Amino acid sequence: MNIHEYQGKEVLRQYGVSVPNGKVAFTVDEAVEAAKELGTKVCVVKAQIHAGGRGKAGGVKVAKNLEEVRLYANEILGKTLVTHQTGPEGKEVKRLLIEEGCDIQKEYYIGLVLDRATSRVVLMASEEGGTEIEEVAEKTPEKIFKEEIDPVVGLTAFQARRIAFNINIPSNLVGQAVKFLMGLYNAYIDKDCSIAEINPLVVTGDGKVMALDAKLNFDSNALYRRKDIMDLRDLEEEDAKEIEASKHDLSYVALDGNIGCMVNGAGLAMSTMDIVKHYGGEPANFLDVGGSATAEKVTEAFKIILSDPNVKGIFVNIFGGIMKCDIIATGVVEAARQIGLTVPLVVRLEGTNVDLGKKILAESDIDIIAAESMADGAQKIVSLVG
Amino acid sequence: MSVFINKNTKVIVQGITGSTALFHTKQMLEYGTKIVGGVTPGKGGSELEGVPVFNTVKEAVQATGATVSVIYVPAPFAADAIMEAVDAELDLTICITEHIPVLDMVKVKRYMEGKKTRLVGPNCPGVISADECKIGIMPGYIHTKGHVGVVSRSGTLTYEAVHQLTQAGIGQTSAVGIGGDPVNGTNFIDVLKAFNEDPETYAVIMIGEIGGSAEEEAAEWVKANMTKPVVGFIGGRTAPPGKRMGHAGAIISGGKGTAEEKIRVMNECGIEVADTPSVMGETLIKVLKEKGLFEKCKTN
Repeated sequence: MNIHEYQGKEVLRQYGVSVPNGKVAFTVDEAVEAAKELGTKVCVVKAQIHAGGRGKAGGVKVAKNLEEVRLYANEILGKTLVTHQTGPEGKEVKRLLIEEGCDIQKEYYIGLVLDRATSRVVLMASEEGGTEIEEVAEKTPEKIFKEEIDPVVGLTAFQARRIAFNINIPSNLVGQAVKFLMGLYNAYIDKDCSIAEINPLVVTGDGKVMALDAKLNFDSNALYRRKDIMDLRDLEEEDAKEIEASKHDLSYVALDGNIGCMVNGAGLAMSTMDIVKHYGGEPANFLDVGGSATAEKVTEAFKIILSDPNVKGIFVNIFGGIMKCDIIATGVVEAARQIGLTVPLVVRLEGTNVDLGKKILAESDIDIIAAESMADGAQKIVSLVG
Repeated sequence: MSVFINKNTKVIVQGITGSTALFHTKQMLEYGTKIVGGVTPGKGGSELEGVPVFNTVKEAVQATGATVSVIYVPAPFAADAIMEAVDAELDLTICITEHIPVLDMVKVKRYMEGKKTRLVGPNCPGVISADECKIGIMPGYIHTKGHVGVVSRSGTLTYEAVHQLTQAGIGQTSAVGIGGDPVNGTNFIDVLKAFNEDPETYAVIMIGEIGGSAEEEAAEWVKANMTKPVVGFIGGRTAPPGKRMGHAGAIISGGKGTAEEKIRVMNECGIEVADTPSVMGETLIKVLKEKGLFEKCKTN
């Protein structure tokens, strides 16, 4: 799960990680009011969306007085920002962060991530702040320093110190940097983060070490024990169909194509998209109904697929293991009847109780095209959608 | 022969009183798996499906001589269940549970260092040695005894591959689901090593998906060490970057973990990769014929 920058900074503040003073604003007036309260000479107007690359897209402006705050807030609020992370449709800005400006001497990169190869959390840092870490890794990998963290003892002071010295934080500020890094690690663990990225971390003219930006992502499997983080979820930043799917325990990802897919199992669901594409079609979604779907769940899945106006046909691909084919067949027939299906439906059933499942489909009054294999089903739906 | 489990393996079920666990306990017993006990704290002394239930894993192991456990415990308590299995010095514990917080697994992996227990999973379908022992949630009837090993990050794709093999008259030694999480126990290389050492396994199908670099590392290992042919498949060629595709570990981030890259490295390391999941079996058969192993692998 993602949260906004201003929320991330609030979380970090609780752990003694220093961040600039700032306030969230939902309207232009609130933005001006926030700037007044801050009372600093310069303040920054920052678009709050769940995507990086905001600066380049015109979503971050430095204002030298209240008139400029009003001007920029007016300009950015309601604007659709298109960045490399939003996709071509972009994201509309509905919140702003009004933050005190600071005198930046130098920018650094700090990140905490899970390293899958070692099964450990790793602290990464570089003095190439402001640039994306992937780019640094490609061009100047020698400038990235890493510390693998033992989950039993946590990040140690010597590791934090070593990172600070390696990335050339001024000696007199290393103590502050260590406190910063320890706080960041504690927040990461306490809140079940999956990514904590500070890009840039800055050293200011008045000798402070601060997080100028903060990107925190959280492990969705741990949200059950992080109610405070759950409260920060911004549903407006998420796809409506994905929200609906999550309510029914369905794993759904919206895509750009026109062939709706309903599959059991994540691997098979991904591969179903691949095979549709292989035969010249475009999948409209990823949808895993899971291993224990009921007829009701299948009906919900159908409704979600069909709520996408681009969908011109549906491909149901089931390998019944624990999930029995007759249950799926009953769900498909029920859903098609309830919804009044108007697009072609191809169903491929295999596995447990397959004969019973096929019988239910054949005996129904719904127009269902049966497929013998995954490849056969994909070819059929692609030719039907055209 | 087979890897990890066989007809003599004695198994206990952790979390046996849950409805999913109970359903699968019945299925495993029907397949012939020697389920000798179950564990649910507080339910010790009772009996289910003719299987005695204990309060702790240690107690269950002492009473039954089990060497393997399978875990169906709900996600918030699953990490603790794995550590309890490790503490009881089982040879193998297979964790089916999905949605375990990743930082819990980071701790589990640290706890396991220097201990003897092998972990398979979490978030996996389990392990099956055809006609001998089924531990997990896979449909037993699609498997036939034979000479091909299957290792996979995905449950349903494993079934798909096994089904294609069985339909084509090619049996399997064992099928191992290593799970779809970013932090897991046994990895591709561990399983490939076991198949390489198993005299009854003549060839292997390895099924990966987007996210991480386990497939690339496994491919390099195959190139350097494997004496048997390996064919592969990678799911998620069309997955958009930055989106989690069902499995917690199936995500392309920062341009890393793409299907193209995995397929490229696998090809470079001599692993033929099936174009679509429909032709995993065909691809293996083609390679078996090229290596003169087809007749040896044919079971009927």
